[in-house]
Amino acid sequence: MSKIKAENVNVYYGSKQALFDVSIDIAEKEVTALIGPSGCGKSTFLRCLNRMNDVIEICRVEGSIKMDNLELNSRKLDVVRLRENVGMVFQKPNPFPKTIYENVAYGPTIHGIAQSKEEMDQIVETSLKKAALWNEVKDRLDEIGTGLSGGQQQRLCIARAISVSPEVILMDEPCSALDPIATAQIEELIDDLKKEVTIVIVTHSMSQAARVSQKTGFFHLGKLIEFGPTDKIFKNPDNQQTQDYITGRFG
Amino acid sequence: MNSFKKNLLKKRYNAERRFQWYGKIAIGLALSFLAVFMFQIFSKGYSAFQKTWIVTEVHYDKELLLIDAESPSKDDLENADYYDVAYKAMTSLDTGLPEEEDRQLIQMVSYKYEAEVKDLLLKNPDFLGKIVPIKLTASDDVDQVHKGNYPRDIPEKNRRVNDYQLQIYDMLNERGDILSEFNISFFTSPDSREAELAGIASSFMGTVFSILVCLAFSFPVAVLAAIYLEEFAPKNKFTDFIEVNINNLAAVPSIVFGLLGLGVLLAVFNLPRSTPLVGGITLSLMTLPTIIIAARASLKAVPPSIREAALAMGASNMQTTMHHTVPLSMPGTLSGTIIGLAQALGETAPLILIGMVAFVNTIPGTPVDPAASLPVQIYIWSESAERGFVEKVSACIMVLLAFLILMNLAAQIVRHKFEKKWS
Repeated sequence: MSKIKAENVNVYYGSKQALFDVSIDIAEKEVTALIGPSGCGKSTFLRCLNRMNDVIEICRVEGSIKMDNLELNSRKLDVVRLRENVGMVFQKPNPFPKTIYENVAYGPTIHGIAQSKEEMDQIVETSLKKAALWNEVKDRLDEIGTGLSGGQQQRLCIARAISVSPEVILMDEPCSALDPIATAQIEELIDDLKKEVTIVIVTHSMSQAARVSQKTGFFHLGKLIEFGPTDKIFKNPDNQQTQDYITGRFG
Repeated sequence: MNSFKKNLLKKRYNAERRFQWYGKIAIGLALSFLAVFMFQIFSKGYSAFQKTWIVTEVHYDKELLLIDAESPSKDDLENADYYDVAYKAMTSLDTGLPEEEDRQLIQMVSYKYEAEVKDLLLKNPDFLGKIVPIKLTASDDVDQVHKGNYPRDIPEKNRRVNDYQLQIYDMLNERGDILSEFNISFFTSPDSREAELAGIASSFMGTVFSILVCLAFSFPVAVLAAIYLEEFAPKNKFTDFIEVNINNLAAVPSIVFGLLGLGVLLAVFNLPRSTPLVGGITLSLMTLPTIIIAARASLKAVPPSIREAALAMGASNMQTTMHHTVPLSMPGTLSGTIIGLAQALGETAPLILIGMVAFVNTIPGTPVDPAASLPVQIYIWSESAERGFVEKVSACIMVLLAFLILMNLAAQIVRHKFEKKWS
């Protein structure tokens, strides 16, 4: 079933066009990987899905992006509600310089999700458990989040993102700053999370895309070159460019 | 290695060594200037922290005090006549002196000696009828003689202390009746025309009130302006224009702000002249750009990833700013504020223009009482002719410097202790 449906999305940074007529169907409770060489527009597209491009003043988005028939690319849309439903994990772990507890509790606090202290404790515990971090930090929830290791920080960011029970989580190269062990933990986590949420992940690592995703889209120079089941993209792509990129001939 | 290459290498090493020497010489020069400056001030000023007293005996004679009551009440003591008692306390130092020359002895103590005689009895009512020793503030001339600042070898007619007075001084000094103690009254007394009585209490309080008023006006305005400009304002020609003007404002000579204070605060709004309220507002015009620039810089230093994290969690712009960016920028903003205030602390010109240069011999209790400020006090005293004020000027500079050092230290501590480190 389709969760997000993008049609003819064009993105401009000032006069420079970054995305050309991108149309894509992102399925519910699946992992969709976006791959492609640097500067191909995959992150730009990802940031359209929670309107993070609003932050960039010169950025202009055209076209239609629908999530459950709700038009995302509309002036009337309340981005606060949208971002409550669409969480994001960034390339570099960016926990708030506050305690681990406060990091996870921030979202539920501003969205008024927890009614009581007990409920909040419960949300923090569940989120940290889902992010496979609970056992490591349960005794030091009042320590500063930025004091954790890189992999732990990134899992803390994932816990923070799932604390408001979003329907979609966007991940922008979540493992590029991590070592292989931390990467493996995050990938395992993604596999678990997809039972409940739709995940869109931008990655530079083709093996990661192959391991975690069910669908893969290949971007090149702002265009979506090919989109389909991960197996097909990696084993038998229709497009020559995709074939060249997958086999490491460029990019 | 051939000789050409060797030469080149040697040249390079020499050039680096020379360059390091230039740097060392520059630092040495700067430090020696500072040392000379400090030596000047300390050597001249340290004696102002010592106060000279003349010890004599006072007889609290009921008859001379014109007290009739058998057991006089506090009021009786308060209303008694101390003129003769005090006069006698001084003239008893040399009973051989003809009466018409008595003034020579009286001139050796401050003109407030009568009040000092009175205070001692009010504090110790049981001294009534007794002969007790008393400390009287020495006049500034005797004070300077005692501190060795007064040349004794110039001709008598050019000296404010004549030979007779020097003789009395030497006699008292030999007897151990000239005391030198820590000068508490320098810190607790307001300004005075008499150097031996002048203190910095009024100007110190004036400075404290001015700085507080300055902080109260400039901090909120500057922080709000900085937050709006940095986090909310669109980046366009108009905001660029504002930014340029804020930077210009920081470079405007302070006397111009003084004229503004004079023309607007005093002439248009009719605020009370010579008060820390007006002084503080005028100074706040000066510190405003400093704080805005510091606050913007520290807001800019908060990594965008923190803003993105908050925004992606669904925080509004306002929540992102108030929950994350502003708290994280506060250490930088606060240290910038303290540095701005430290600058304002040393300002003299604008305060002179708004009338804080007036002679104030009361200690201000509120920001709307007339007051001077420390730098203006330095200016006032440096204009005074009496020798006794020379050391006061240096002492006042020392107090001002101590104040400044404390504030800069506070800025450093705030910055290093509370600033978040970004890895």
